[in-house]
Amino acid sequence: MSFELFSNLVGAFFTLCIFSFLYKDNPFYQMSEQLLVGISLGYSVVLTYERAFIPFFVQPIFLKHQWILIIPSIIGIFYLFRFSRKYSWLSRYPIAFSMMGVGASVPLAMHNSILVQMRQAMVPIENINLLLIFIGTIAVLLYFFFSKAHTGAYGKFVDIGKWYMMVGFGASFGLTVMARISLLIGRIQFLVNDVIKAIFN
Amino acid sequence: MKKTIPLMIVILGGIVWVLWVFVPHRLLQDVFYYDFYVPWIRAMSPFGMLLGVISLCMMHTAKIRRKAPKWQYSFFFFAGFIITALAGFIGGTQKGGLYMWLFENMQMPMSATMFALLAFYMASAAYKAFRARSAEATVLLVAAIVVMLAQVPLGVKISKYLPDISQWILDVPNLASKRGILLGVGLGSVATTLKILLGIERSYLGGD
Repeated sequence: MSFELFSNLVGAFFTLCIFSFLYKDNPFYQMSEQLLVGISLGYSVVLTYERAFIPFFVQPIFLKHQWILIIPSIIGIFYLFRFSRKYSWLSRYPIAFSMMGVGASVPLAMHNSILVQMRQAMVPIENINLLLIFIGTIAVLLYFFFSKAHTGAYGKFVDIGKWYMMVGFGASFGLTVMARISLLIGRIQFLVNDVIKAIFN
Repeated sequence: MKKTIPLMIVILGGIVWVLWVFVPHRLLQDVFYYDFYVPWIRAMSPFGMLLGVISLCMMHTAKIRRKAPKWQYSFFFFAGFIITALAGFIGGTQKGGLYMWLFENMQMPMSATMFALLAFYMASAAYKAFRARSAEATVLLVAAIVVMLAQVPLGVKISKYLPDISQWILDVPNLASKRGILLGVGLGSVATTLKILLGIERSYLGGD
């Protein structure tokens, strides 16, 4: 047996273990689920060490002698006080330092999610599709405006927003299902082409 | 000391960040951003990962110690974690080593299969929604079926107009609903961020 075939057999075994959940929850699925979490964590730890700890902590401090970076490192270590009942408040310092960035998200969210979308929505209504988009956008926005009761003519208009959203959710649902099915096809192709055919050839 | 200083760091630092977006001064763009914030947050970040690792290991250790339901499977978590981490630290991360072998032949097939499993559960959810027989569920499913069929050769065989209808659904009602939702999300996130900046929202600091 070649090493490649052995590797594919290992992949096939764990693929089938995960698929076995379709029948019911079973020890093979449980084992693979925990292995997946463990391997993913081990993989991320090594990547973080190589791509964050060494270049952003060890090299600047010990090779470039940027001693000032000892301060954020100590603040970073404060994360670990989360496990101490007495000193857990220290973990608020690194969290607070990371949360500072929300200041930038006020103008950036205003720009990206509101102004850009409004600019795109406020175009001359030159055809029926642009009119439908305009009505839909307003109706969906008003659907989430709860300060006015959804009754009467206003309620009927707001209801249009619900239908627009149903079509939108349906489209997203369809696209997501297709993405998942292409993954499923990929797994089946792996089992058929790389494993079964390799065994019988 | 316990809550006030972290709160002041968020409020004052947040204001500096707001200024960073609007003021193109060297002091903010270079000194604050490149010389101060980026190296500091990068030096801190590995410890955040360490917190997650310790937390997960503690959870599984407690599960084994208390012999909680399905505690035996926690050994597989530790086996996967320790073997992969040691393979990476000792053997290196280059292709051909044990570390990448574990990733390519165990992690990747398992995670791809996990996502592939969702195809079955989504189909089952669609069936349940169809059984609900409400007008909303029917519209949702019809839109989904049109979009799905338009992406496969069978769809074109059923009707040559199907791809055009699917594209129209994506370009018109889908765009309008996404734009409306995105505008709402944008307004909500600005409001929440302002609450954090003004010190009204403090839940991220946790309890006492």
